[in-house]
Amino acid sequence: MAEQTLRAWLLTDTPTSRRHAKLSALYQGWLAFRANTMAMIGLGILLSLVLIAAAAPLLAPHDPFVQNLGNRLAPLGSEGHILGTDSLGRDILSRLIYGARITLYIVALVAMIAPIVGLLVGTVSGYIGGWVDIVLMRITDIFLAFPRLVLALAFVAALGAGIENAVIAISLTAWPPYARIARAETLTIRSSDYISAIKLQGAGGLRIITKHIWPLCVSSLIVRVTLDMAGIILAAAGLGFLGLGAQPPSPEWGAMISEGRRFILDHWWVATMPGLAIFTVSLAFNLLGDGLRDVLDPKAGE
Amino acid sequence: MDPLLDVEDLWVRFSTRQGVFDAVRGVSFTLGRERLGIVGESGSGKSMTGRAILRLIRPPGIVEADHIKLDGVDLLQKSEKSMRDVRGERISMVMQDPKFSLNPVMTIGDQIIESYRLHNKATKSEAWVKALEMLEAVSIRNPERVMRAYPHEMSGGMGQRIMIAMMLIPNPEILIADEPTSALDVSVQRQVLDIMDKLVQERGMGLIFISHDLNLVADFCDRVLIMYAGRIVEVCDANKLHEAQHPYTRGLLNSLPRLDTPRDRLDVLKRDPAWSEAPSVSGRL
Amino acid sequence: MKMLEINGLNVWFGSGRDRVDAVRNAAFEVGAGESFGLVGESGSGKSTILRAITGLAPSWSGTIAVAGRQIEIRRPKDFYKQVQMVFQDPYASLHPRHSVDAVLGETLQLHGFKDIDARVVRLLDDVGLGQKFRFRYPHQLSGGQRQRVAIARALAPEPELLLLDEPTSALDVSVQAEILNLLADLRQEHGLTYLMVSHDLSVVGHMCDRLAVMKDGEIVEIMDVVALRAMKATHPYSQHLLQASV
Repeated sequence: MAEQTLRAWLLTDTPTSRRHAKLSALYQGWLAFRANTMAMIGLGILLSLVLIAAAAPLLAPHDPFVQNLGNRLAPLGSEGHILGTDSLGRDILSRLIYGARITLYIVALVAMIAPIVGLLVGTVSGYIGGWVDIVLMRITDIFLAFPRLVLALAFVAALGAGIENAVIAISLTAWPPYARIARAETLTIRSSDYISAIKLQGAGGLRIITKHIWPLCVSSLIVRVTLDMAGIILAAAGLGFLGLGAQPPSPEWGAMISEGRRFILDHWWVATMPGLAIFTVSLAFNLLGDGLRDVLDPKAGE
Repeated sequence: MDPLLDVEDLWVRFSTRQGVFDAVRGVSFTLGRERLGIVGESGSGKSMTGRAILRLIRPPGIVEADHIKLDGVDLLQKSEKSMRDVRGERISMVMQDPKFSLNPVMTIGDQIIESYRLHNKATKSEAWVKALEMLEAVSIRNPERVMRAYPHEMSGGMGQRIMIAMMLIPNPEILIADEPTSALDVSVQRQVLDIMDKLVQERGMGLIFISHDLNLVADFCDRVLIMYAGRIVEVCDANKLHEAQHPYTRGLLNSLPRLDTPRDRLDVLKRDPAWSEAPSVSGRL
Repeated sequence: MKMLEINGLNVWFGSGRDRVDAVRNAAFEVGAGESFGLVGESGSGKSTILRAITGLAPSWSGTIAVAGRQIEIRRPKDFYKQVQMVFQDPYASLHPRHSVDAVLGETLQLHGFKDIDARVVRLLDDVGLGQKFRFRYPHQLSGGQRQRVAIARALAPEPELLLLDEPTSALDVSVQAEILNLLADLRQEHGLTYLMVSHDLSVVGHMCDRLAVMKDGEIVEIMDVVALRAMKATHPYSQHLLQASV
């Protein structure tokens, strides 16, 4: 009974307070999201990834860094090592579990930097227009003109190898598409009546951009970020694979594939297991992104 | 004489998260060689009725009816493929805004010629001559220039006339016009209506004219169905619309400001829940 | 006193070869407490005049004076306490992610009011919406309710001159009657001056005391409502317009 009334309270068309209205809007979004099975699968995978990363010391059967040269390249299902061991005899499962932390770390950092830079550049450029727009958009074009991995390689080469620098390099190459999206949205929002209306209240450019344009751009950016996450994980793995990202012995998934490459013909699982992990997480992000698009798209929400 | 179109107990349903929403609830009417107006407010189901006849309601929308008979043949029994031949060929539809109905990257001439050749065997040059005739029939001055123009170069009234010309090429038996003039200025409105009227009369077509404008419908149509909440609440002859009996129709008429009778306050429609409960009035002749 | 005086107003878009003159040499004045109508067909420049007054049209020349004070290109902040506008399409004039409370609250805050909560409550009552609408989002409102919110927003800074840009043309006739009645009531209660743009002569005839007829960016005739009702337009275009709308 209590549950029934809570549900009714959340689904009401006549919210009675600011908090009520917010919660109700969130709940309706959640209901729409929940109806999308694939998106729920994606969310489930990502939540378990977070849990695995958080509980890594409890879950991992072995220390990911302890080498055992006597038991190197053990096959799948061998005793004590379900996913086998790598060329130095380290347990692959444990390394994957610890590697989830690195993956999440990269994802979180890139997701914090790239879209925010893109949002700033895009909305300012779109709203102010004129010279500012021309200058900012040409800079964006320059970044877009380089192949992403090549540019990231150049940055890492300049800044030095390492996971933080890899993140910065990826972020620097990832923001221009967000700036383009944010600018395009700003251009349509800028000329709408509700922006004219708030101008007539004497609101300045800063307030209009942050309070009126951002909330409308953010949803499409979130969708784009989740869809891009797969690419970002792959780029990080690529840098790791090339030896420019995470450094050994860190159990970064891309670096693990790179190590396993030497044995790919005789000991395929060493490279395949981290590859499957990357694949699963990328897929999960894509599914989540598709679901979020259905929920967050303001046109569909009308 | 048999009616052109016979609709019996038409329902249009949409299932949403909040449950099933009935947009049209058991509407019956017939259409002869006449101008039948359907009026109502937004959300009354008038446009849905027009689209349901052509089976243009997309899922999750569902169309149900005892029958929708065109010359005695039930349209609901037809396959999607043979329905395509009905649309355009036998029943045409003119939408509210011509901008969205014309292809923006083709010249108007090419579009008319294409649709003419789709329905008739003709060479390009024959079709060109025919297309010029069509444009002249909808009183477009300088039709050769218009043939070479793109849709965005046309004003709203021109665009709507071109749409009517295109819709009438295959010589349909029925024309469904969904708010064909509400995007147009008053002075252009009249012209477009006159052209539509002339063509419909000459060819002996049936016309379903969907509009929210009571005065326009009273002026232009022969018979009027008044819809409220998915049902027909009243049927009357168009020239007697101003003597309509139903409180909803009266309310709508009284809420209009009038130049000849100034008032301090306009009458506000008071909605009676009983209106949407009352069974649908039949629009059969 | 004249609330609004416009003289030799030109408004144009673009420049050079692409220049389009939307309004040419418009002149009229609106007395305090008067309701003045601007009628014409689409593209006649009637809405452009409103946008020029509020500063939403970038390039104009001529003089606009509100309550005796000439408007500069950059409007002072208190200008918007004097002049407010209601837009045509209530579906486009409310931010889709802002609740009614947020819309009105922000407006009041921008105008420096302190007692925001009390004022939001009063505004909602003024436009006949009541408290149960306060925390709703635009998609939970009908067209008429949205337009009431837009009117409440325009009333928030307690303006003297309200510019109405086809406030009912996107609404059903029964809702139109409600909104027109509301506007008439508000004008009386708050002593407002209206400048109303419409393509519908009967709406202008109902709401306004005098009106100007526009064609292709020019005012062709200014007449009072008595002449309109008697169908006594002098300019051939206004006669034509009158004939078409009855």
